[in-house]
Amino acid sequence: MNSLNVSLPGLELKNPIMPASGCFGFGREFSQLYDLSQLGAIMIKATTFEPRFGNPTPRVAETSAGMLNAIGLQNPGLEKVVNEELVWLEQFDVPIIANVAGSQEEDYVVVAKKISASPNVHALELNISCPNVKTGGIAFGTIPEIAKNLTKKVKEVSEVPVYVKLSPNVTNIVEMAKAVEDGGADGLTMINTLVGMRIDLKTGNPILANRTGGLSGPAIKPVALRMIYEVSQQVSLPIIGMGGIESAEDVIEYLYAGASAVAVGTANFVDPYVCPKIIGELPELIGKLGYEHISECTGRSWKKHEKAAHYCS
Amino acid sequence: MIRQEHCKVISQIKLAENIYELTLQGELVHEMKEPGQFVHLKISEGYDPMLRRPISIAEILPDESQFKMIYRAEGRGTALLSEKKPGDYTDVLGPLGNGFPISEAGREETALLVGGGIGVPPLYELSNQLVNRGVKVIHILGFQSASAVFYEDKFAMLGETYLATADGSAGTKGFVTDVINGLKINFDVLYSCGPTPMLKALENQFPHKKVFLSLEERMGCGIGACFACVCHTGDDPDGYSYKKVCSDGPVFKAGEVVL
Ligand SMILES: Cc1cc2nc3c(=O)[nH]c(=O)nc-3n(C[C@H](O)[C@H](O)[C@H](O)COP(=O)(O)OP(=O)(O)OC[C@H]3O[C@@H](n4cnc5c(N)ncnc54)[C@H](O)[C@@H]3O)c2cc1C
Ligand SMILES: Cc1cc2nc3c(=O)[nH]c(=O)nc-3n(C[C@H](O)[C@H](O)[C@H](O)COP(=O)(O)O)c2cc1C
Ligand code: FES
Repeated sequence: MNSLNVSLPGLELKNPIMPASGCFGFGREFSQLYDLSQLGAIMIKATTFEPRFGNPTPRVAETSAGMLNAIGLQNPGLEKVVNEELVWLEQFDVPIIANVAGSQEEDYVVVAKKISASPNVHALELNISCPNVKTGGIAFGTIPEIAKNLTKKVKEVSEVPVYVKLSPNVTNIVEMAKAVEDGGADGLTMINTLVGMRIDLKTGNPILANRTGGLSGPAIKPVALRMIYEVSQQVSLPIIGMGGIESAEDVIEYLYAGASAVAVGTANFVDPYVCPKIIGELPELIGKLGYEHISECTGRSWKKHEKAAHYCS
Repeated sequence: MIRQEHCKVISQIKLAENIYELTLQGELVHEMKEPGQFVHLKISEGYDPMLRRPISIAEILPDESQFKMIYRAEGRGTALLSEKKPGDYTDVLGPLGNGFPISEAGREETALLVGGGIGVPPLYELSNQLVNRGVKVIHILGFQSASAVFYEDKFAMLGETYLATADGSAGTKGFVTDVINGLKINFDVLYSCGPTPMLKALENQFPHKKVFLSLEERMGCGIGACFACVCHTGDDPDGYSYKKVCSDGPVFKAGEVVL
């Protein structure tokens, strides 16, 4: 029996593990290391209408239990992604979640329409939360009304379910989640990176050429867990959780918080085999914890809470 | 093929001030072909530090399944690396990248190898392989000062070797380019690794020669997936075409990318 399969809008996942957008390119590099068909899904690098070069280097800096990146949405552009990268990915038995980005509403709409028509794209991930581009991205992700409208516009043209990727750089994450739910989102992915900075002791300048960058890795795990915990109790959309995941234990913690599946980002740089490793370890761990199927874990932290409260009253 | 392996530390030798030579043993050595490739090291378990560190392969010893690296203990990661002792293990991902094309230098031709500081190490394996092909090698090695100099004798055994130091405490006072100008060396191919200003100077000085440069950039994945290490291409300096230092490089033909 498969104890790991998960059904989400548009996605029949063999297991709830997928590489996070931007941490796996379009899969080519990792395909030299293992069979990508093992993965639950693949979230490909953000795609914009025009090709983008991104920010000047240095684009990454290390920090305690995490890293900052300011890639700036570098990608080969919609045409190339659809005609080359997605076609190449068809050889694998794995659903693709296409991360869609832009500077203005029309960009998102055009990209969403075209990319969602690719046969192996089973869902979109609307990136309204990139902290590293000057226009677009984060503005869409911090103002609820704008996020809602964008979601609506993209939903109108997309041929597959739309997941909206939430930014943690907001005061009220639940408000954002509710706004995109109102806009018609089919699911949420969370979280994107937190804006941060490192400064070089010798030069006195920020290490990143972009000055600020997005913090990812284990350092952000508690923030992501708290946000998923809050959001999953307030909206009815399924959540794909991410932020610092690097072990089967982390996955369970995310599911307990309220996620239905998870994405692994930065950990791929540290251990390129981390995704298949986690997939291999999960069945034993859920057995040890007393579950028959992984979906029983979702929302455990607050569901138990509810039960406990019930018994008390 | 890229492999990940826990390699055994065979030796750790201090060569100069803060400069160490580390010899590791593992099967992935048999994947190492070109000089100038690098490995990505996970120096300790856990988060101190979290990311891997790119270090060049300085010598390949296939018979012993060993390879050597030479590095400067500088920040946290390399400082911890210098504490490794024989018998310890280190998590190695590699070999990575494309190295120096040795076939560009023919028999009896002269190759000029120019290294600066911690850019010197990959030139040692390069020089070995060139000499084996019957290429004449000349080395020009730049360091901060005499206390930072390493491998001078080993290079000297392979070919003429000249030093430059910033403070003049060893060899010529000044830059490697000063040595080249002073000696009026004739060569067929130039290979170099070191700080970007040095690479730029060489590229500008020899626009009509075959010049191959090894670049350095801060890395995330080291395998081409994260877009951390990109540079513009020479034929489209302001556009969106790019090369990744980790997987297209680290060695590029002069002019291929913007330094
Ligand atoms: C292809 C390649 C080959 C290299 N080969 C050698 C070698 O043979 N010997 C050697 O001594 N050094 C080499 N370096 C430089 C070496 O990677 C850095 O010195 C090392 O990463 C510093 O780590 P740290 O923890 O000591 O420093 P920290 O400053 O604490 O490192 C913080 C972060 O910045 C990165 N970083 C810092 N300096 C550099 C740098 N110069 N280049 C790239 N990333 C950097 C680190 O990898 C880390 O992610 C090479 C770099 C590259 C890209
Ligand atoms: C180098 C890098 C590039 C990223 N690029 C993107 C991107 O293109 N689109 C996106 O939605 N998120 C991007 N992210 C964010 C990740 O998908 C993920 O949300 C975040 O890193 C948290 O997960 P982690 O801690 O496991 O890395 C990027 C992250 C990193 C580290
Ligand atoms: S370091 Fe990730 S692409 Fe080069």
